[in-house]
Amino acid sequence: MDVSRRIVLHFPSSITGQPVVYRLARDFDLTFNIIKASVSPGEEGLLVMELSGIEENYDKGIQYLTEAGVKIQSLSQDVVRDEVRCTHCGACITICPTSAFSLEPKTRRVLFSHDKCVVCGLCVKACPPRAMRLYF
Amino acid sequence: MSKTIAEINEKIKNGKVVVVTAEEVIDLAKEKGISRAAEEIDVVTTGTFGPMCSSGVFLNIGHPRPRIKLGGGKVYLNDVPVYTGLAAVDVFLGANALPEDDPRNKFYPGEFNYGGGHVIEDLVAGKDVRLIATAYGTDCYPRKKLETLINIRDINEAILFNIRNAYQNYNVAVNLSDRTLYTYMGVLKPNLRNANYSTAGQLSPLLNDPYYKTIGIGTKIFLGGGIGYVAWHGTQHNPAALRGDNGVPRRGAGTLAVIGDLKQMRPEWLVGTSMLGYGCTLTVGIGVPIPILSEEILQYTRVSDAEIFAPVVDYSEAYPQREPDILGEVSYAELKSGRIKMEGKDVPTASLSSYPKALEIANILKSWIEKGEFLLTEPVAPLPGAESGITLKPLIERPIEE
Repeated sequence: MDVSRRIVLHFPSSITGQPVVYRLARDFDLTFNIIKASVSPGEEGLLVMELSGIEENYDKGIQYLTEAGVKIQSLSQDVVRDEVRCTHCGACITICPTSAFSLEPKTRRVLFSHDKCVVCGLCVKACPPRAMRLYF
Repeated sequence: MSKTIAEINEKIKNGKVVVVTAEEVIDLAKEKGISRAAEEIDVVTTGTFGPMCSSGVFLNIGHPRPRIKLGGGKVYLNDVPVYTGLAAVDVFLGANALPEDDPRNKFYPGEFNYGGGHVIEDLVAGKDVRLIATAYGTDCYPRKKLETLINIRDINEAILFNIRNAYQNYNVAVNLSDRTLYTYMGVLKPNLRNANYSTAGQLSPLLNDPYYKTIGIGTKIFLGGGIGYVAWHGTQHNPAALRGDNGVPRRGAGTLAVIGDLKQMRPEWLVGTSMLGYGCTLTVGIGVPIPILSEEILQYTRVSDAEIFAPVVDYSEAYPQREPDILGEVSYAELKSGRIKMEGKDVPTASLSSYPKALEIANILKSWIEKGEFLLTEPVAPLPGAESGITLKPLIERPIEE
């Protein structure tokens, strides 16, 4: 069975020099789509990506990453809206490249769809009351 | 048919007043007809909730022992500088003020995560605020340094005094250039890929009283979750702006200066706000009740988004260069549909002003009046109308001769 999941990888500084992602493709036949990357040799690295492949291989790949010292988080909760701070102005709507925000037509409240969010972070600084938070 | 404010106040006291929001009145006027609606409805409540930069707070922090003269000295609240050109312990905190070590736009676009507007929100929320002051010392005010926490509960006065709020209509901002712009109207994508507007439209106070026939100096209002008053016409008040046949301005026109006791306001209605690449400001909640004194007043309040038009302005060239050119006009109904047609393009729209919050304000004000907690006031003087000759003057620069 095929699986496709979006994950956040935290690399300790000791392994940012290693070709970790390449091995995911070569050894485990997984395909990856990098959403966000911040990896420099000798520093802690961050990689947000969508990883797909046969479930058995996917699990082995994740095991390989964990054993290599990579900390893995699920992406689903990474961009979060602070419901108290959100004023439902709508400034985020045209900023989001994947249309994760929409207006509820009757109330004109702003809806945020986690499923469409690719954690690009554009909304975080563009939100006037700073209601969007990036959690890693 | 005509009513007086005194008669409406009697109805409020007797629990017989009929109050509707500026949204509800649109359908009611259609249903009942102008004459019957004007007869039955006593008050129409309006609301707006958007970033309003010309906002600030006067504080009197009380005299420490020994005394200090902050006037002429330097004072910071949570590292944000306040104005000290006043007497010993009075200061003014402006919504746009920034900590001196904020990098501003040195790392473009600057984030502006904390400034005067945020200090105001923290004060209203009842949080302790760090006050650090230096002064020059006098015989009667010997102290030269003061470092203390202050809290809105303990200081003598905290007065919100916003010199320009509740703009009667405003620009729709777009960007014709090929690079992203970071403006007070939000992030504007290149090549006309978005259009930002900022108004409550059919709910907005001055769009429901276009000729200022009921809103004047002394009008009691909802301000920041508490009670406030219209203090004066706001700065840049421009009653002579272009108007439609319905009297509604088609450009930025009237403004309000408002005042109120910050101590009885609420942080959810005074929100510290950061505009990427621009600066800090305060998002302010204002609601104004409009007494239905005549059919004419009701006519004005039944205005709907389809009948209010705003100019579309290019913020890459026309706005910064102060050119009068506009790209066209669009109605708020079009803007609220999520897309407008401009220069042959289908342009997505977004608002900086919150319509759901504006509606909430209009409903809160409605409930205050219905419960008899809020009586209307008679303005002590009208706001200047077109006949005043007031216009919006540009600055004509003149060389300084030595």
